[in-house]
Amino acid sequence: MNIGLTHYLVLSVLLFGIGLYGTLSRRHAIVVLMCIELMLNAANLMLVAFSRYVFSHGGQAIVIFSLVVAAAEASVGLAIIISFYRQRKNIDIKDIDLLKW
Amino acid sequence: MNLDLLRPEICLAVTAVVVIAVDLLCRHKWLVTVVSIAGLLASAGLALSLSGGASQSIGNGLFALDAYAIYFKFLFLGITLLAILASVDYVNRLPKLNGEFHALVLTAALGAMLTAAAQDIISIFLSIELTAISLYALVAMLKNSKSSESAVKYILLGAVNSAILLFGLALVFGFSGATSLHGIWQAVHSIRPENIAENAGFLLGSALTLSGLAFKIAAVPFHMWAPDVYEGSPTPITLFLSTVSKLAGFSILARFVIMTMSFQSDALSNTFGITLAVISAASMTAGNLLAIKQHSIKRLLAYSSIAQSGYMLMLIATAPINSSPSTDGYGYSLLCYMIAFALAELAVFTVIIIASKHADHDTTDDYAGLAKRSPLLACAMTLGLLSLMGMPPLVGFLGKFCVFIEVAQHGLVWLVIIAVVNSVISAYYYLKIIRTIWMEAPASTDNIKSSIAPKLVLLVSCFGLLLFCVLPMLLIKYFEWLGLHY
Repeated sequence: MNIGLTHYLVLSVLLFGIGLYGTLSRRHAIVVLMCIELMLNAANLMLVAFSRYVFSHGGQAIVIFSLVVAAAEASVGLAIIISFYRQRKNIDIKDIDLLKW
Repeated sequence: MNLDLLRPEICLAVTAVVVIAVDLLCRHKWLVTVVSIAGLLASAGLALSLSGGASQSIGNGLFALDAYAIYFKFLFLGITLLAILASVDYVNRLPKLNGEFHALVLTAALGAMLTAAAQDIISIFLSIELTAISLYALVAMLKNSKSSESAVKYILLGAVNSAILLFGLALVFGFSGATSLHGIWQAVHSIRPENIAENAGFLLGSALTLSGLAFKIAAVPFHMWAPDVYEGSPTPITLFLSTVSKLAGFSILARFVIMTMSFQSDALSNTFGITLAVISAASMTAGNLLAIKQHSIKRLLAYSSIAQSGYMLMLIATAPINSSPSTDGYGYSLLCYMIAFALAELAVFTVIIIASKHADHDTTDDYAGLAKRSPLLACAMTLGLLSLMGMPPLVGFLGKFCVFIEVAQHGLVWLVIIAVVNSVISAYYYLKIIRTIWMEAPASTDNIKSSIAPKLVLLVSCFGLLLFCVLPMLLIKYFEWLGLHY
């Protein structure tokens, strides 16, 4: 069987879907961050696959940059979650209920 | 590579680094503010040296240097300068965070300036993220319960949103084979009514990208984060979120829609145009209706700014229907509206920065009798709110009027009717605050102290609101000088 562009696209859409489902259903803030990483990496996979099959190197360049952005976002996110934990002694998403309506 | 054309941005980046160094090495904390203001002025001077020339592209089409980008460079530099001046007292109360505050505000402004100039998928994504990541950290700055909660909400939703945006951009790239907006435009042009099905991936990508950008401008249904984040974050950062970050989102949304959404098939253009029009109508209606019930003033202004996004989005919705692949297509009305919006938000939020005693608690009742305690603050707040409402003599009316006329000319009369009805609804809660300020007995009699800098910001923004309503020709002269074509 030949692995073609379609296989990569299906894989990346699946990964993106799993990540999106995780962000919506998980209660632990760090697990949500991990699911977001999954979504970003699904997009990266798609970019690399397109780049290979469309013969344009632009996609690979975006991936290099987006990895850096993902790392920056994760580090700021973890720092913010730590500061939240110091306030509440808890990082359950359900307890983020001080501000509403 | 003609990177010297990016000199305003490079100057701002260097200033941000210098600010961090000064904060580390120097004991005089006021020096940080002076350095950041000097950097902003130097950057504006460099932008001035670039203005007036022909449109050019920078770094093989990564960024554009056109009148549109230069307009936003000046706008963002001006707002950032005034926001830093307005928050002098506020930041002095947080001595340990002085350097971080200024450095991060400067990088956020840098990201906004780059966003307005970006015309390639790579530069669009990176500059949007530069603004967003700086703002995540700024929102969390106070480290109290509300600030960290709003920061958690902002970063989790913002990160999901940037993943969606990147996924959308990846699809757009894959199906058009180009990373530059111009290349994407050519691919869009080859979509004929008969081969729409083959390009479903491209259309899905465009839809995901547009929803990613709609999050940045807090348009319904991607607005849920805005009230919580606006309420919890430090007030200077709320000011920054509602002006620089939102207008940066608009700058790239407008460029993306105008440069890529020129379909050959009428059905597609209408679908995208009507979808944007419906989002715009939903934003103003939901924003205005939800604002009525609010007690916290920052939360009320958050809903009001969602409604303002709706008004600005009206004009962008007309673009796919009357496609012209140039950012000049909007004429002056959107840009005029943005200046009016920024001036009014500056006036209102500066009053809140000065008047609020507690960083995390501000109800509208706290402003009862503000007129007796401080007439200057009361006048500025009244002018700002009236301009947001679109009261005839003020510049907010001028912007709103031009936008409505232009949208009606493009054939979306139903949208204009919804917008006019919404302006009437919004008058209710704006006038309620004004009544609280002028008519009710003061909640306390202690004086409101502030240093000279925030008062200067109030004077500048009120002067701007009044000046442009007396002499609207000044705005038009300014746009002509920038080289924008009607």
